[in-house]
Amino acid sequence: MKTETPRQDPTDAPGAEFALRDSGPEELGRLNSRFGWSLDAHELKAVQDHFRSLRREPTRAEIESIAQTWSEHCKHKSFTSPICYQEGKTTRRIKNLLSETVMEATRKLKKPWCLSVFEDNAGVVAFDKKWALAYKVETHNHPCVLEPYGGAETGVGGVVRDVLGVGLGAKPVLNTDVFCFCPPDYAKPLPEGILHPRRTMTGVVAGVRDYGNRMGIPTAAGALWFDEAFRFNPLVFVGTVGLMPVSAVRKKVLPRDLIVAIGGRTGRDGIHGATFSSAAIDESSSIAAVQIGHAIQEKRVLDALLRSRDAGLFRAVTDCGAGGFSSAVGEMAERSGSKGGARVELDRALLKTTDLEPWEIWLSESQERMVLAVPPENLPALSVIMEREGVEFCVLGEFTDSGRLEVAIAGRPIVDLDLAFLHKGLPRRERRAVWNPPAPAKASARKTDRALHRSRCPEILHWILSHPNVCSREWIIRQYDHEVQAGTVIKPLQGLHHDGPGDACVMWPMAITGDPEYFRGFAVAHGLNPAFGKLDPYAMAMACVDEALGNLACVGADVTHAALLDNFCWGDPEDPAALGALVRAAQGCRDAALAFQAPFISGKDSFHNVFTDEKGKKTSIPGTLLISAIAPVPDIRQALTMDVKAPGNHIYLMGWTSDELGGSLYEAWSGQPAGNAPLVEPHSAREALWSLSAAAQKGLIATAHNLSEGGLAVAAAEMAIAGDISMHIDLDEVLRTKGVADPVTILFSESPSRFLLEIAPDKERAFLQAMKGVPLARIGATIANPVLRVTGLDGCPIIEESLHDLRHSWRETLPRLLDGVPCDDGRRS
Amino acid sequence: MKVPKVLILRTAGTNCDVETATAFKLAGGDPVLVHVRELIGGKVRLFDYAVIAIPGGFSYGDDISAGRVLANELRGHVRDLRSFVRSGRPVIGICNGFQVLVKAGLLPQTPSGEQTASLTVNDSNRFESRWVRLRINLQSQSLFTRDLPEMIELPVAHGEGKFVVKSPKVLETLKKTRAILMQYVNEEGKFSSYPHNPNGSLFNIAAITNPEGNCLGIMPHPERYLTRYHHPNWTRQTFCKEGIGLEIFRNAVRFVKD
Repeated sequence: MKTETPRQDPTDAPGAEFALRDSGPEELGRLNSRFGWSLDAHELKAVQDHFRSLRREPTRAEIESIAQTWSEHCKHKSFTSPICYQEGKTTRRIKNLLSETVMEATRKLKKPWCLSVFEDNAGVVAFDKKWALAYKVETHNHPCVLEPYGGAETGVGGVVRDVLGVGLGAKPVLNTDVFCFCPPDYAKPLPEGILHPRRTMTGVVAGVRDYGNRMGIPTAAGALWFDEAFRFNPLVFVGTVGLMPVSAVRKKVLPRDLIVAIGGRTGRDGIHGATFSSAAIDESSSIAAVQIGHAIQEKRVLDALLRSRDAGLFRAVTDCGAGGFSSAVGEMAERSGSKGGARVELDRALLKTTDLEPWEIWLSESQERMVLAVPPENLPALSVIMEREGVEFCVLGEFTDSGRLEVAIAGRPIVDLDLAFLHKGLPRRERRAVWNPPAPAKASARKTDRALHRSRCPEILHWILSHPNVCSREWIIRQYDHEVQAGTVIKPLQGLHHDGPGDACVMWPMAITGDPEYFRGFAVAHGLNPAFGKLDPYAMAMACVDEALGNLACVGADVTHAALLDNFCWGDPEDPAALGALVRAAQGCRDAALAFQAPFISGKDSFHNVFTDEKGKKTSIPGTLLISAIAPVPDIRQALTMDVKAPGNHIYLMGWTSDELGGSLYEAWSGQPAGNAPLVEPHSAREALWSLSAAAQKGLIATAHNLSEGGLAVAAAEMAIAGDISMHIDLDEVLRTKGVADPVTILFSESPSRFLLEIAPDKERAFLQAMKGVPLARIGATIANPVLRVTGLDGCPIIEESLHDLRHSWRETLPRLLDGVPCDDGRRS
Repeated sequence: MKVPKVLILRTAGTNCDVETATAFKLAGGDPVLVHVRELIGGKVRLFDYAVIAIPGGFSYGDDISAGRVLANELRGHVRDLRSFVRSGRPVIGICNGFQVLVKAGLLPQTPSGEQTASLTVNDSNRFESRWVRLRINLQSQSLFTRDLPEMIELPVAHGEGKFVVKSPKVLETLKKTRAILMQYVNEEGKFSSYPHNPNGSLFNIAAITNPEGNCLGIMPHPERYLTRYHHPNWTRQTFCKEGIGLEIFRNAVRFVKD
């Protein structure tokens, strides 16, 4: 970002005006880059036209307010503007991509348990008759490039405030974290100013840890992905689930309600965070755009806010995130009366330093602040609670019904904007998007490769288990307090020695609902696979939804009531190929949501994850989609883990195995293109998934594990490692599509919608009854002997590896990469 | 019979207050969350309560060292706490609460009330969240562990839990007065190093009591093991343990009722 600090400029003086009306396009562009507004030429023209019609010049505070409100962060303009989309030889126009894909699925599904979608700070679904769950996932990529620790901390702080600011406020009960990094052992040179991925990773993990732990919110679900393509632009997704009474889902603002800001004071930290997110990172990017977090301050705000909510002291709340007061007050003002409006006296704001310019106070993104709409008669009661909890507050002004956003300081107006223009004046510009499917790989070469690799299956298995995208995440998970609030009944690490990779976590909010005889809980899981996206973003989106929902089913959640969240992290929206990939991915989201009958309830996008080096060469991340899924667990006493439970049980594989090794770990191992990305057949997958979910809730399944990265071989190894009880599987029994006739494909294909299940013999009949019509094959049994045994199509053994060695391969990677020490097994064997 | 009132002390950064209150409720007590400001302001009197619990968290962010600021507040303003302990009523400090009791000089108990031990940064140099095995000193007078088995499991979650003492004499006194209540052990019940001893505590100490047995400081979290579903292995076929953490709270409530 090219923000110089324009502190000495005469236009900084309060009330001073720009000569915007008479500027030519070039002069406008110069002002834009000089002040870091990140507006494009069309938007600048719209601002200019607006002030020409008003026959006056804007103040700095006004134009900054507009820039923040119209930023990518607040308006999602790349996702909602018209697109001319060309796929192969056909071209069509898309009016609003978001509304025609992700949101369309939600509209069509019309689920009555969706209480608030795409309108508030988080999506809200019903938990039961009395309680509702709010879930929001944010990205904080750009700040984490510059300052990993601070960026991650404020990312968590921000998403927690989103949940505190939904409806009348929800109590955060779970944090989630998903990261995409460059491998920490990256050894090639990096340009100046770009941190080494190892430092980025340790900083981000520490930031998420310190903020989440101090707030007392368990961080218990997540995912991790490594690819060198993330070396300049790591991705940091942070999410929060909150629990709130159903009566607190709706907010309203009435004219004459007081605008009350609570929490932290306002300083110069984090100026221009929102507009910063609309810009690409380069060497001049300013660290002043990253805010500073203070978890305990936010904990105080949380305590005070929820106590005030329960006392019914305010009518609406929202968080001060990107854009600071300007966004928070601007958003709430829209809800006030019929026309909306707010009048603010900025001199009342509590400040960290006295030398702030008025526009800086208005725009600052200082952390830990919330804005409330308080009926005047409730102010004394509110102040009692704030005082006891040690939270500062100030009355900034009041909401009106004038249709205007009016801000003054020392009696002098600095903002007087028409709300309609501010929120609806953003000009929409059509962008071009192109999608050309890549040519498929040659089949004949693949066959000979796999025949050669047949004898190397054990080696491939060890390699994949120790791959950073598959290996144990224990190094990270143990640093998070994942059991605070005493509700994590299915933990992220599972099994006999608490080291197996769980498909999802299950939370039982008993400490909050207060009834130990009430066993309803909820589960959260993720799906992410940028490797599929490089081949086909549509297939990636389908696979991500399939994986996230499959993970939920594996812990006993009710997937017929699952809700989804999308997070798109993309490159430059002006690049037609990147935008074409986005269109494909969004269509995949829609089709998957409709087929699985799982609505999207919230989402977020982050563009411009592009790095420009000194020669002007651009490096973009691969388009990355994170799907987060949440579903109720009707009875947590029937929840499942993924560790093998006992010897002598049957092992079933559910689903068809096809030759789908494109984007797989096997492909990464062989270094040769291995074909197409797996494609979900969503309708049959949905039927099978619902049957599985129902059987799990009936207690017919001892263990379930979703097949994802690494395929069947890895899933079997993980289950055996976690249970310290092994299994024998026969590849000849596996259901496979035509043409699949070699063990390498069966073991390492990443075909979607497949599950490895352990069934106790006495439950087998009922299980098969419940799973009628589902593709299912008994492929083996659990064994006491601690050796993973796999026999091939000809009955000869292919893999015979001791659990001890497999566990070592799986556990040693992150400690070696991050601490530089071999892993301590944690046990003396 | 009257339901004993339990004071759950909270302040900025306390974050295990709700589940600690739940634990006391399930144990048959009547928990009340009290902010330390209400105590200092004189609105609440300690002696109106039968039990005091200082729950886990990061009081004031632990910015100086874990529990230090709250300990100073208590030491300066709430002299009553010492006489409360002397009166024989149950006091339990969990995790950050243990750190507070140590830094306020209440544990290990000394005649002068000076601080003779500390809980410092883990040997691993980072926050650790994991389940540990503990061996209870059955010779101890502690009212909290009455009728508990010798070996139990509980989760720990802390960055500063390594128990250290000012001088070898302090440890000798702790041993002699049977004040060492719980020690980290491995599956076989023997002393072992990391990760069985998650923080590198001296003598594997996880919890200490005063010699009279009514004041407990414990690093692991009993309030996170109230039902069988809190244990990491409850989904395994052979699992048959109930929430042992709840027994610790039941003992406190039962003691007051008797």
